[in-house]
Amino acid sequence: MGRKARGLAAAAAFLIISAACGGSTATTTQTDVGVTSNSILLGTTIALSGPAAAYGTIANAENAYFTYVNNTQGGVNGRKINFKILDDGYNPAQTVPLTKQLVEQDQVFLMFSGLGTQAQTSVRDYLNTKKVPQLFVATGATTWGKDFGSFKWTMSWQPPYQGEARIYAKDVLQNHSNAKIGVLYQNDDYGQDYLKGLTDGLGDKASMIVAKESYDVTAADPFAQLTKLKAAGVDTLFLFSTPKPSIQSLAFVTKVNWTPTIYLNSVSSPQVYLLAAKKAGAALQNVTSVSYQKDPTDPQWDNDAGMKLYKQVIANCSTCNVQDGFNIYGVAVAYTMVDVLKQAGNNLTRANVMKIASSQLNETNPFLLPGVKVTTTSSDHFPIMQEQVITWAGTGWKLQGSIIDERGSIK
Amino acid sequence: MQRVRTAPPRYWLVAVVVIFFLGFPTVISSFLASEWAQALILAIAIMGLNILVGYSGQLSLGHGAFMAMGAYISAILAHQYKIDYLLTIPVAAVATGVVGFLFGFPALRLSPLYLALATFALAVVSPSIIKRPHELTGGVQGILIAQPDPPPVVGDLFTTVTGTAMTSDQWIYYIALACALLLFWLAWNLARHRPGRAMRAIRDGEVAAAASGVNVAGYKTLAFGISAFYAGTAGSLFALSTGFISPDTFPVSLSIQLLVGAVIGGLASIPGPLLGAIFAYFLPIGSNQWVPSQTWLPEQVTSTVKNAGPAVSYGVILILIMIFAPNGIVGLIRTGYANLNRRLRGAGDRETGQMPPDPQTV
Repeated sequence: MGRKARGLAAAAAFLIISAACGGSTATTTQTDVGVTSNSILLGTTIALSGPAAAYGTIANAENAYFTYVNNTQGGVNGRKINFKILDDGYNPAQTVPLTKQLVEQDQVFLMFSGLGTQAQTSVRDYLNTKKVPQLFVATGATTWGKDFGSFKWTMSWQPPYQGEARIYAKDVLQNHSNAKIGVLYQNDDYGQDYLKGLTDGLGDKASMIVAKESYDVTAADPFAQLTKLKAAGVDTLFLFSTPKPSIQSLAFVTKVNWTPTIYLNSVSSPQVYLLAAKKAGAALQNVTSVSYQKDPTDPQWDNDAGMKLYKQVIANCSTCNVQDGFNIYGVAVAYTMVDVLKQAGNNLTRANVMKIASSQLNETNPFLLPGVKVTTTSSDHFPIMQEQVITWAGTGWKLQGSIIDERGSIK
Repeated sequence: MQRVRTAPPRYWLVAVVVIFFLGFPTVISSFLASEWAQALILAIAIMGLNILVGYSGQLSLGHGAFMAMGAYISAILAHQYKIDYLLTIPVAAVATGVVGFLFGFPALRLSPLYLALATFALAVVSPSIIKRPHELTGGVQGILIAQPDPPPVVGDLFTTVTGTAMTSDQWIYYIALACALLLFWLAWNLARHRPGRAMRAIRDGEVAAAASGVNVAGYKTLAFGISAFYAGTAGSLFALSTGFISPDTFPVSLSIQLLVGAVIGGLASIPGPLLGAIFAYFLPIGSNQWVPSQTWLPEQVTSTVKNAGPAVSYGVILILIMIFAPNGIVGLIRTGYANLNRRLRGAGDRETGQMPPDPQTV
């Protein structure tokens, strides 16, 4: 019996070790890892499942644009773009191993458009140590552009939340100079970034903010906070909240017969959410937000070349809703990525791509509002700093005034 | 020598497993080593849960909160007070163990279902609690943890074996392995001796155990304390291996993952948590990447797996385990081994022409 068991154990050991050897991979460190003569491999981590799964469509839209470029132009300089999307479920603890997998096992050329502030912060150190570009992260936290000096391989794309809040401040000072401002913000870096931008933007008029209330991401609803704001006599309400609490707030305000002027942050302003709020009973009066990209639901772009191109591109993605604002975001940021790769030409090294993205961008993006330019210089690493005020007009957003430029306001 | 020769087969299996885990990182990439380190860390936490659920029969859905506590104690000590991270691991483990022990007192008064709810509540509120002392925990920004370079002695040894320099991921793997070996050995001793027997007695019949002179309250709280000690160690190591912790790092689903791992591996067994952890760690990653790429599967299945994430695979596996292997993988292996052994013995007897003894007639 003893001998047989020993034989079994030896067999098991042999099996395990041979299986282990089969799994080994080589390690390489070249300047152009992930690039071959006919392909470029990009990677991303994004929430395809979990509480933030609604963002997942962004990656699919980005992939749709890469497919479009591969099919109509044969890729970038003859190299087809492959895009590997992994699901981190919005959990930073998942982002770390998945990013390591993409960098070390799949050997991607760069990380593109990873989503979530905490998630992307969790891998920033790692990617910078490895000198792998972490390009155009899909979060508006101010730290990406501001701390470029310490993290030279990381960059954002969209306007930072603080810049957006400064635009609201300007609008309030111009149109509602006697406003009693109340702020509802999410108690994390996202909400606090907005609050800081608004306070900075109001400057010595910051006392206009008569009340501010925060809620936790895990909270069921923000009703108690809204009741307090109403009791404080607020007539101008700022919602620095993610889509779900924003929809709840918009409906709640109508329910308690409160008619403040509402400033809704751009994270929650895609038309689909406003329509959901309307369904929940929100009157949606005097709602203001900002935008920098063309709204696929706005009929004024029906004959616009950029919008036509967007519709052609998004047809490559069977699961994408053409009206979803997240999808035009994805296509627009993928456009910038392709632009950078084109400019890099045959000098397709990580360092060169990073240099172009961080200091040599000067692009007119067909999916963004006319006048919005994607630019970076050696001293400015916020690609987009222009936005336009929009107001809700019953069924869709209406552009107001002209483009407001906040470039240089965030140091 | 005589002892070695007559050692029962499971000792040999243990030796093989230890040697396998020692040598594994020398043949796999640094990235795979970091994944296996995470699996080992999960195994430690699941072992803790196994002591509580499997041996003492108390259910906990909140072990993620104990992991979070261990992780934050270590991270704060290392980050704010500049203490060497490795030294903070035992501190975090003991502190978490004490808190777990204290949590055991109110737990005594709760029946199993309510205990599950109370611990679940612990897991739900912990991310919000972590955010409050902003200066200490870094709030939502989290804390970055520098990953240590291997000490020269270990690094040189590794280089002579593999010919490549040792990365910090590989070094963390060995730290995790050392902790796992120590804690599994402790758990094995615990299970074989008086406390293990007492806990099992309480699990199987509290009144009977008390009647036999077992200190029910003492052992129940002790089980909670030891269990939290394991979770604290795992949390501390987890923070080290991810290199970054924030409140979102410890969602409710982590606690569920631990429980699923414990059940898949096999409750009240020593190898169970290791097998359970390997499954619980690699299964969602694997199924999430493999299932959606399979064209032969119906679209509904692939898109469900894609949208719902690891929850689907956990659910399916848990149901299958409950139906086909209620004692987990370990139970499955034990039955299989027993059957195989009977077959082999039968064959041997046929050779000698002797009939196997019939237990009914002997």
